[in-house]
Amino acid sequence: MTKRIILAAVAILLVIASAYASFFIAPTERTMGVIQRIFYFHVASAWAGFTAFFLCFIGNLLYVWRRKQQYDWLGVSGAEVGLAFTTVVLITGPIWAHPVWGIWWTWDARLTSTFVLWLLYVSYLLLRTLVEEPDRRALLSSLFGIFAFIDVPLVSGAIRWWRTQHPQPVIMGGQGSGLDPTMKAVFFFSAFAMHVFMAFLLVERYALERMQTEADFLAREVEAQ
Amino acid sequence: MSLLSNTAVLLGKELRTEFRSRELLTTTVVFILVVLILFSFAISPTSEESREFGPGLLWLAILFAASLMLQPCFLREQHNDTLSSLRLAVGDPFSIFLAKLSANTLFLLVTEILMLPLFAIFYNVPILPELHYLLLVLFLGSLGISIAGTALSAISAQARMRELLLPLLLLPLLTPILVVSATVSVSLLDRQPIVQWKGIAFLAAFDVVFLTALWLFGEYLLEE
Repeated sequence: MTKRIILAAVAILLVIASAYASFFIAPTERTMGVIQRIFYFHVASAWAGFTAFFLCFIGNLLYVWRRKQQYDWLGVSGAEVGLAFTTVVLITGPIWAHPVWGIWWTWDARLTSTFVLWLLYVSYLLLRTLVEEPDRRALLSSLFGIFAFIDVPLVSGAIRWWRTQHPQPVIMGGQGSGLDPTMKAVFFFSAFAMHVFMAFLLVERYALERMQTEADFLAREVEAQ
Repeated sequence: MSLLSNTAVLLGKELRTEFRSRELLTTTVVFILVVLILFSFAISPTSEESREFGPGLLWLAILFAASLMLQPCFLREQHNDTLSSLRLAVGDPFSIFLAKLSANTLFLLVTEILMLPLFAIFYNVPILPELHYLLLVLFLGSLGISIAGTALSAISAQARMRELLLPLLLLPLLTPILVVSATVSVSLLDRQPIVQWKGIAFLAAFDVVFLTALWLFGEYLLEE
């Protein structure tokens, strides 16, 4: 319990520090101005969300292989936390796009693939609500999670090559991309803070799922008596 | 090889069941026809526009039809609990999937081939010049839809609200197929047709990736 409180405190302090850094330490971007500062929040959330989905995928694979309910808890926690971060990405994106591009939404490659990713994990959580029996729910949703995760590179490939205004990648992009060193430092700090925050949410969600399972088990025991 | 001979026997069973009543084929053909006509009411395209949008609408209609057509695939086996006998009868449960997905691909292709002339007439799009390439795209696309769809119908058959659940699970998963087949078909039906080999290769890659995933994880989908 104390470990979880420490993690919560660290995560919240890191997020506050990264917000301070992105507002006051990072230099103002020349053409976009202040609105560019949302980048530290937007891209960092995207990375944290992808990491959460990846953890969900690992949980799905391990569940199919080992059949321990702990892996199913990891799966559902990863999917829910990932979905929360992707929702932040999908909301902060248009907030940035409206002043810079002049439109809220465009069917550009990365917007579209993120949206499809979001939809896939909404389907994953929806599927979980529609299967009653816990073992069956864990197995079926894990298998769907695996198929969904395999689909992600195909979705982004298809959309990137065949439907082409997102800014070119500035992190790990091609030539001519790149960031001012302070901006880069602030970005990586924000990405780190978001990952710790994601880990905090994941641990809490996992603990909740464990308590839920225990409560269900106890309820059945009481009914049986 | 026992996998192939088992698959052949099971495919025969799937085809016999369907061609006895032809329920699935007739309803799917009528469904695609209705959707295509409603699309043209909704946007009333000119000839140029229908060259541009027609193939996309056709693929969307195929996707919707498939998400309905794939429903009974595993549900049918539940009525008399024939699925467990099937699983006992064959060594490798992958042959059950192979048979079902081949049957579904075939049903989809038959409906598409019946629909193509009507699509050409209603949308005023000449399909004959590049027909063989168009058929190749239809085949690879339908195969991809059937592979993913057969796997997901095994999932949705075990859940509540299955009729709604299958399209919800399947349609986002099939985005790559929709995007690529629609784009490749648009360039095939253009006044100066271009064969986008990259797109055709992508469709084939989608099929291979999902077939491999089904081969690896299929048996867990059929667990009791």
